[in-house]
Amino acid sequence: MAPDAHGAIDAVWRIESARLIAGLARIVRDVGLAEDLAQDALVAALEQWPESGVPESPGAWLMATAKHRAVDRLRHKQMAERKQEEIGRELELEQQRAEPDLDAEIDDDIGDDLLSLIFTACHPLLSPEARVALTLRLIGALTTPEIARAFLVPEATVAQRIVRAKRTLAEAQVPIEVPRGSDRDPRLASVLAVVYVIFNEGYSATAGDDWLRPALCEDALRLGRILAGLAPEEPEVHGLAALMEIQASRSRARTGPSGEPILLLDQDRGRWDYVLIDRGLAALQRAEALGGALGPYALQAAIAACHARARTPEETDWDRMAGLYGALAQIAPSPVVELNRAVAVSMAFGPAAGLELVDALTSEPSLDGYHLLPSVRGDLLARLSRLDEARAEFERAVSLTDNERERTLLLERAAGCA
Amino acid sequence: MRFMVMVKADENSEAGVMPNEQLLREMGEYNEEMVKAGVMLAGEGLHPSSKGARVKFSGNERSVVDGPFAEAKELIAGYWLIQVKSLDEAIEWVKRCPNPMEGESEIEIRQVFEAEDFGDEFTPELREQENRIREQAEANQQ
Repeated sequence: MAPDAHGAIDAVWRIESARLIAGLARIVRDVGLAEDLAQDALVAALEQWPESGVPESPGAWLMATAKHRAVDRLRHKQMAERKQEEIGRELELEQQRAEPDLDAEIDDDIGDDLLSLIFTACHPLLSPEARVALTLRLIGALTTPEIARAFLVPEATVAQRIVRAKRTLAEAQVPIEVPRGSDRDPRLASVLAVVYVIFNEGYSATAGDDWLRPALCEDALRLGRILAGLAPEEPEVHGLAALMEIQASRSRARTGPSGEPILLLDQDRGRWDYVLIDRGLAALQRAEALGGALGPYALQAAIAACHARARTPEETDWDRMAGLYGALAQIAPSPVVELNRAVAVSMAFGPAAGLELVDALTSEPSLDGYHLLPSVRGDLLARLSRLDEARAEFERAVSLTDNERERTLLLERAAGCA
Repeated sequence: MRFMVMVKADENSEAGVMPNEQLLREMGEYNEEMVKAGVMLAGEGLHPSSKGARVKFSGNERSVVDGPFAEAKELIAGYWLIQVKSLDEAIEWVKRCPNPMEGESEIEIRQVFEAEDFGDEFTPELREQENRIREQAEANQQ
């Protein structure tokens, strides 16, 4: 076999490990044990494949090997007798089935298994950080050092989080399943939040960061796309996929030559990624086609789509955007959403309408010290030719930000209000 | 990272022979697997080169040559755009593809440039120049 056998094995692992762990977790009913078994199979592959070559069905090979290891372990370990018998019997039954059917059998259950594993990794019993680490490790096939580097935390911290998370799940005997009934919505929200946290971590990476950080965007996109395939009946799953695709479409345009951030309306739209925009718009359409009121992700995606559809800033459908922000403010009210709504309203209906909304926010304690509030207010006042007030707002905004570029920009605007 | 995965043409695909039902089904399943894995971004089959054309450049001269073109094996019959972690992963996915042609065939894997790949070659000045050109192009369109 070629000297780059390890690269090929890495690749197989990246493709197969989530399904492998998911299938094993169903059988042994323990996420930690399932991952250990999958790792055992990987070690066996690393030992054997460089000699024997990658088998024709590497996924089935890994699964069969992991199951053998499971039987071995169960025989040799001191486990509760009944559980051992029960699981051992199930495993032997599975092994008795004809080997060629293994692939088909895995494929049949695989969707449910994988979805169950994702729900388990994002279980609300775990801390948010642990959910992220476990999801990237079990479903994203990232190693612990990769996760640590991507999140700028020590490796030992991530390792600890994962170990504790597995223990927590085992001790609480969390069933590895797709939640049904009233439990489903909050659990799904937890899964989507984890994926979006991963995406935003990657999106906030700056030039010079370890490449693993921006790569988190791709990891999150992949997770989002997998989820869309596993739970196509959930509008918010498509909503999140759409939101991430559209946001990612701007990644090339959002920083300037020396790494400075470029605001959306100032971006060179020729640098947007129209493959991702098309995918995002298609995902949004799927969310909308499922009917009902749009959830927070789909609404944010619809807002992002207003920008994505406009070939120039002037073509932006501000009217529609103001309405979407209004809907978002209803189901997920926050002062920041309200501020954004004010901007959209001012673009659609004029600065006076926007100012009315912004003025209602000036007493909002959570926006205290948030430089964008006076900055937006200054802009609206300037557009209304209330220049003295506008200048005072720009100057106040300057005093609230440490970002040099923003300060320069705001000082210029203040000077322009003379 | 992204890869363009290109299926090379053969005499049949160039003659406009459509894949048989079994291949279509297997290809459909393969595509579905890549979509479900979150890997496939886009992909299309291409008409034979007889429906295409080439624009040849020589200095400032341009001349158009209509298809078909010889050397079927150098032509492209279809492509995928995939997003994976490494060339190895791209290879592993392509190995799982059903043989796209009857008999011998070839699929080529090429990495897509990302903005950061241009590195120092793509200097701020060049970027700015590119931006100016774009702005000009946009202004002309209005």
